[in-house]
Amino acid sequence: MALAPTIPFATRAGAFLRACLDGPVNIAITLGCIGLLAWALPPLLDWAVFRAVWNGDANACREAGGACWAFVREKFWFSIFGLYPYEERWRPATMLVILIAMVLVTMQRRFWNRWLFVAWLVAAPIMLILLAGGVFGLTPVATRLWGGLTITGVIAVYGVALGYPLAMLLALGRRSEMVLVRWFSTALIECVRGVPLISLLFMAAIMLPLFLPDGVTLDRLVRILIAYTLFTAAYMAEVIRGGLQAMPRGQYEAADALGLSWWRKMRLVILPQALTITIPAQVNTFIGLFKDTTLVVVVGIFDFFTTLRAALGDPKWLGFPTEAYLFAAFVYFILCFAMSRYSQRLETELRPAGAR
Amino acid sequence: MSDIALPAATPRRAAPSRLRMPPGILWQAALLIAVLGLGWWLWGNVQANMAKRGLELGFGFLERSAGIPIGEAMIEYTPASSYGRALTVGLLNTLRVAVIGCILCTILGIALGIARLSTNPLLRGLVGGYIEVVRNTPLVLQLVFWHAVILGLPPVRQAIELLPGVFVSQRGMKIPVLVADARMWALLAALAVGAIAWWWLLRRERARQVATGDRRSTLLPGLGLLVSLPVLAVLSVGAPAVEWPELMGFNFQGGVTLSPEFVALLVGLVVYTAAFVAEIVRSGIQSVHKGQWEAAQALGLHRGRIMRLVILPQALRVIIPPMTSQFLNLTKNSSLAVVIGYPDLVSVANTSINQTGQAIEVIAIFMAVYLIISLATSAAMNLYNRSVQIQER
Repeated sequence: MALAPTIPFATRAGAFLRACLDGPVNIAITLGCIGLLAWALPPLLDWAVFRAVWNGDANACREAGGACWAFVREKFWFSIFGLYPYEERWRPATMLVILIAMVLVTMQRRFWNRWLFVAWLVAAPIMLILLAGGVFGLTPVATRLWGGLTITGVIAVYGVALGYPLAMLLALGRRSEMVLVRWFSTALIECVRGVPLISLLFMAAIMLPLFLPDGVTLDRLVRILIAYTLFTAAYMAEVIRGGLQAMPRGQYEAADALGLSWWRKMRLVILPQALTITIPAQVNTFIGLFKDTTLVVVVGIFDFFTTLRAALGDPKWLGFPTEAYLFAAFVYFILCFAMSRYSQRLETELRPAGAR
Repeated sequence: MSDIALPAATPRRAAPSRLRMPPGILWQAALLIAVLGLGWWLWGNVQANMAKRGLELGFGFLERSAGIPIGEAMIEYTPASSYGRALTVGLLNTLRVAVIGCILCTILGIALGIARLSTNPLLRGLVGGYIEVVRNTPLVLQLVFWHAVILGLPPVRQAIELLPGVFVSQRGMKIPVLVADARMWALLAALAVGAIAWWWLLRRERARQVATGDRRSTLLPGLGLLVSLPVLAVLSVGAPAVEWPELMGFNFQGGVTLSPEFVALLVGLVVYTAAFVAEIVRSGIQSVHKGQWEAAQALGLHRGRIMRLVILPQALRVIIPPMTSQFLNLTKNSSLAVVIGYPDLVSVANTSINQTGQAIEVIAIFMAVYLIISLATSAAMNLYNRSVQIQER
């Protein structure tokens, strides 16, 4: 990439001013924007920074009258681990470290090979064992005690990890020549996409037990994961189908001409290309799915946001909902914004050389 | 090239099947058996479980009295009403917020999308910041935030008057309303007739322009009709009465009340979806080739007309399909109402399930309702989409 020519500051500032003050309409717009900022920013800054309390207790916050960031500090670890037993917190902490490390590694394109896949296959059970315990001398911890950012991570990661293979099958099924397979895949995808995620979650929480034989119970978190996985699969399947449809016919015909079986044709020729060109769209879909993990609030699972909301009920810290919501919004924003920037970067990198 | 050994054609593959079996018959049979088997097994479990809980499958419970208190209903409703009626109230509430939300988010989204392309860097930056913040935070969080904002407004007696007659307070919003009598219907009918007449004029003039090349504006006669007909209606039967909300004692009298939950849900959905609509509008306008702008400028059209006559008709083709999915998203997202306690379909259904245990029937009902809404919206948007697509001769 060639370096952009350095434009002197004065020139850039001049261009900015000209763009702001070019013509009467523009001047009016500029004045309106400045007016809006002047109206909103000073009180906001005053509240969030100048009169904010970073240390101390609730009384100090109430006296200062500004934002009570001390509350967020106090509840920070609670929002990460939820009700997980205090002395066992190293386990979700380790799990989160592994998770973040895996995500960071996965984001590097040079690690995109089969070893990455193997690494995920190894890491996924380790993370689950760390949280659940029961083996290797770890105390078992019931899933209802899991909470906070930990459970948000669990739902998002396992939902996608389980949903992705299913999505590939559904996408292939929807484009299959076999009528029954095509109908079945289409019906499943459209039914799941046609209803709100909330209704699927209710279904998993309330209705699924009715469908199980007597005496068999599934953990609530597992049931929610099933619903979330189905939801992920249906949305991802449509993205992957877009990639399959974008493949030129010649690719299918060339693979046929080589005498490849259907599975090998898909595995070696079509899917690698179809998946690659849709990676940016997949990341965008994942951002939406990640935001949707907050919906588990309706079935009583304490994810990051719900845990923070629960923290509002602490009698020692009553009356700071705005701070809690802003903090939650900030964390989600950082994560989603980073992902969307990443997807934009991938989009330029993955574009075939000719299309630039 | 000669070094590459071509795989020998296997006779098994080469020989065409005489019987022209459908492709993958074994796979299909296996799938069918698996699905039917799973269905049969699940059905058996359901019946066993229902029998154990002393419940019966069937929609008979819809007739029973629900006893669900619902704060806002567009049709007459008391807690003594039946479950069927409660669910209908929920459905109407969902439709109300979805329809108003779709209209408002389109207007706001288009305005924001165009502002995002403004030549003014300040405006562009502000709108860009809004879009990024809203798109990258969960909707649940935003809804809870708006609900908290509205509950944090001053009490009723110090209600803020946003516009003349429009009050907001922690009890929601109060807006003036037309009294539904003959005078209102006369006015509405006159407006409708005026609009239809204008549309008819427009069509006739367009046909004339195609036939003769002569172009005449319909603005004056059209506007004239649209204004004069309602004025006539008002002169002949009298102006319709407007019921203004007025502060009397501890609460407002008159006007229409919008509950805090409804306002929070509507504001949240509109603010959220408008950010997505803005991005769709922006990319739609940007997708029109630069040459179109230049060609239109060369023809001597000015900015507004270029936008209206050249750019927007082409951008619409790109904009409509993703807009459909945004409308569907908004409708589906309205089910998040349950988080802030607005009695929408999912919320009422959830209460009904908890009270009756008829989970399968209730979930079947609302899944069917959402599917119907989705399909109807898609169908309507597809119709509109067809009318803006390129008409190739």
